[in-house]
Amino acid sequence: MDVFLQQLINGLTLGSIYGLIAIGYTMVFGIIGMVNFAHGDVFMVSSFIALIAFLILTAWLGISSVALALLIVLVLAMALTALWGWAIERVAYRPLRGSFRLAPLISAIGVSIFLSNFVQVTQGARNKSTPPMLEGGIALMQSEGYTVFLSYKQVLIMTVTAVLLTGFWYLVQRTPFGRAQRACEQDRKMAALLGIDVDRTISLTFVLGAALAAVAGVLYLLYYGVVSFSDGFVPGVKAFTAAVLGGIGSLPGAVLGGLIIGLIEVFWSAYFSIEYKDVAAFSILAIVLIFMPSGILGRAEVEKV
Amino acid sequence: MADARTSSLPDILRDAGLYALVAFGLCIPIVAYRTNAGPTGLELTPRWPLVAAFCAAIFVLRVVQRLILARRDARRALTPSPAQATEAVQGEPDAGQRVSTFGLYAFLGIALTLPVIASLASGGLGPARYWIDLGILILTYVMLGWGLNIVVGLAGLLDLGYVAFYAVGAYCYALLSTTFGLSFWVCLPLAGLFAAAWGMVLGFPVLRLRGDYLAIVTLAFGEIIRLVLINWTDLTGGAAGISSIPRASFFGIPFSADEDGFAARFGLEFDSMHRVVFLYYLILGLALLTNFATLRLRRMPIGRAWEALREDEIACRSLGIDTTTTKLTAFALGAAFAGFAGSFFSVRQGFISPESFTFLESAIILAIVVLGGMGSQVGVAIAAVAMVGGPELLRNLGFLSAVFGEGFDPNEYRLLLFGLAMVAMMVWRPRGLISVRVPSVSLGERRAISGAHVSEGHG
Amino acid sequence: MTVLTPANPKTAERIAVGRDAVLSVVHLTMRFGGLTAVNDLSFEARAGDITALIGPNGAGKTTVFNCITGFYKPTEGMLRLAHADGTVHLLERLPNFAVNRTARVARTFQNIRLFPGMTVLENLLVAQHKPLMRASGFTVLGLLGLAGYRSAETAAIDTAKGWLDRIGLMDRADDPAGALPYGAQRRLEIARAMCTDPVLLCLDEPAAGLNPRESAELNALLRYIRDAHHTSVLLIEHDMSVVMQISDHVVVLDYGCKIADGTPDQVRADPKVVAAYLGVEDEEVERVEAEVGISHGEAGA
Repeated sequence: MDVFLQQLINGLTLGSIYGLIAIGYTMVFGIIGMVNFAHGDVFMVSSFIALIAFLILTAWLGISSVALALLIVLVLAMALTALWGWAIERVAYRPLRGSFRLAPLISAIGVSIFLSNFVQVTQGARNKSTPPMLEGGIALMQSEGYTVFLSYKQVLIMTVTAVLLTGFWYLVQRTPFGRAQRACEQDRKMAALLGIDVDRTISLTFVLGAALAAVAGVLYLLYYGVVSFSDGFVPGVKAFTAAVLGGIGSLPGAVLGGLIIGLIEVFWSAYFSIEYKDVAAFSILAIVLIFMPSGILGRAEVEKV
Repeated sequence: MADARTSSLPDILRDAGLYALVAFGLCIPIVAYRTNAGPTGLELTPRWPLVAAFCAAIFVLRVVQRLILARRDARRALTPSPAQATEAVQGEPDAGQRVSTFGLYAFLGIALTLPVIASLASGGLGPARYWIDLGILILTYVMLGWGLNIVVGLAGLLDLGYVAFYAVGAYCYALLSTTFGLSFWVCLPLAGLFAAAWGMVLGFPVLRLRGDYLAIVTLAFGEIIRLVLINWTDLTGGAAGISSIPRASFFGIPFSADEDGFAARFGLEFDSMHRVVFLYYLILGLALLTNFATLRLRRMPIGRAWEALREDEIACRSLGIDTTTTKLTAFALGAAFAGFAGSFFSVRQGFISPESFTFLESAIILAIVVLGGMGSQVGVAIAAVAMVGGPELLRNLGFLSAVFGEGFDPNEYRLLLFGLAMVAMMVWRPRGLISVRVPSVSLGERRAISGAHVSEGHG
Repeated sequence: MTVLTPANPKTAERIAVGRDAVLSVVHLTMRFGGLTAVNDLSFEARAGDITALIGPNGAGKTTVFNCITGFYKPTEGMLRLAHADGTVHLLERLPNFAVNRTARVARTFQNIRLFPGMTVLENLLVAQHKPLMRASGFTVLGLLGLAGYRSAETAAIDTAKGWLDRIGLMDRADDPAGALPYGAQRRLEIARAMCTDPVLLCLDEPAAGLNPRESAELNALLRYIRDAHHTSVLLIEHDMSVVMQISDHVVVLDYGCKIADGTPDQVRADPKVVAAYLGVEDEEVERVEAEVGISHGEAGA
């Protein structure tokens, strides 16, 4: 029971991070129907931005308040990663509208390879670890020598995720941008005829997706304290799995999928085998795509003849 | 960004300035500071001059681009347009066809005589080793590219897990030869069959998925196979891999210095290069077999069905073509060639580990197919030579080290360029270098079809 | 069924030959979620007839087609296809591709679906996949270059040439299908469907977008298919001049239900059809009536 509770906490933490990344996949898929393969690497780039920003703040500027440093890092990482998201869409995806259907996916694979190697070339291939940022936690339960521990990091990750998702939900449901975004999802041509700037809406979607990935990147760095240039791929695929599992195109689905994937990964590692945890994630991806491609909260697609 | 049509100088400068500003934003902090492991944790090294150079380069490039684009005809030729998928990419199809036939013969001629040319040029077989090894490397990718071309180029199925079948072939030879002592010539067809069987098993459930989902599932399968190879230590040796895999023999005659060896039997002086040259011709033969089979199949009903499938899957079904079986044959055949290439890889290296079969490898092979022009055999060969051989050749050019400083290794930038090239190709030439299609049958003279009409996969 | 007055003398001859149904649609219902696109539809297409399926937009005609040709699995109902030798196929139980391969039902599409990057000739050869595959020993023997395959391919090319000649595209055989003008693409799609040697040819709006001359050519082609190839034709059409001139039998759909069934003359005189088809706007009524060739005075007769 105690082990279970501990794993539940760990799983929800990890799931929050996956959920944040998954939103980027699901929104982009919803609006232009492409799998943004490079999204995982955007997440990795944001981790590096956060890492360097954190080092500058603590080592050079001597900011000792962790809370302040984290806030600045978060804002910086979101802004700069959003710029990456915008630039990628502008350069690699926008010219491909109207091209054949696999073109954006191939282009996205190109961007993914570019990003990870760009970071490798500029930052080196080694793992980068940060000094511990936020220590300590609350002991929730103690029995038979086992302590169920809720660290401050985990509290922070779950709180930040919850707050941001609420804000984001408001943005999509209640603002003109959100309306434009949902209109473009339904019918891009019609939306354009009604005076919606479709290009701008798509750009904003990428910017928002990248900003949420940046939050995930900062939290990931905070949680694990280490990052490398190749860290975008596996979390990226897992977050995509989450998006598909939740029903691609559905925002609550992405968060739900993220939590489920996080929980499965953690419980699988705890109770079965840690070596095969990624196999589990990839298998879920394959199984979901084959047997329930519309996911938990998605809509089924009817083939047009 | 400002519109390309207004082109007064201040306008251009302002626009280029904007580009430089964006580049600046992208450079901080990843380029501006490098993290290095120091005695007390990570240390930062500022590199602002590099950022400045980067932004200046972007600025100049944009100004040049705008000045070129200011000319109306150049703009029309260079501006990527959304309608490009339906526009003629290559004006004169017949010229493209001539390049195709000529290119194939030129490639064949050079490939057949490479060991001779290399040893004449560098004075002996020994010194030519570098060139022959490079040739083997390039030909391996040519073969993989041609194999994947069946799946992606002809049948229009995006397979991101192709390297898994390469791995199956490699491990098949490694395991069969080390545990049962089977010879390479027995294992080669077995590896192909085994990989094809895996192709069928993995392909069967996924081939009814839409294009991008299919791509992602094949990626997942590729990763699962790699992770199993890493973790199933009892069978595969885990991350350490399998070493001392038996070397290739000349159809049973070993390349050794003793009396039964190849050199002695054929009355030659022993030279360790004999084996390398043999391996070179082996992979050349395998690659040509792939090419021959593909060209032959294209003119058969199954090949036409693959291409029809790429053009319009629904129409195929209305004509009584079992699309699942048809896709499966393409998938399995592509896998079989990857299996052949894999067993060649392990006999050549003598050592294999899961390290060689990452997703990146799949992406590189895919990039070769995409850059070469999906469906074009010559294009794939050219792309493989350029993308695999190019960085190797650059490394030997002295002036690059002089410009970029000592220890500059173009290989480090190889993947960076791969990624950029894939994006650039999709934006400007989505049909690749050679974008014409030669009909499989004709009543009159065989004419090439401009890429404008050809589809790239139903997606 | 009432006794039919044939639309042309040829029909009378064939009526004597055989009156068997090639296709029987029995209680066909198709629902998409809450929407019932086709509701308890039953009709027959007789062997050797050109049967037209007409109805206003959204009446469910294309859905019926997609059910018959295996693209949709009907919610309820039976689709029975009989060959001349007496074998019977239940189309709703066949996988999509087998509707063409084993039951020999071919179709064309409303938005033309050729293989645009392949040549006209290749398009016609892809349609002969089944016999060619068999001749090539499922690729294995063909790879070895055996003579059996070569002669089969020559025969296939001859079949294709025959059709190219018929549709007037012989000189464009080596051009990509995507480069043909619209009308030629329509004809090529029909020829391609015919290359699968069907017993029933389903045409989804074959005259859409054709000019009057092309329309007349199409009529001739369809008559040729019916009379020379003994292939029954089922077509959806909006162009009343085509429907009234060439069809032997007309089925009218509205809101997924059959509202009339008979010869062209019977159907155009049916007040239900006039009401469903022409709605209430007088202008529209007059225009369509002029199209089908009846003056206002006879409309009620």
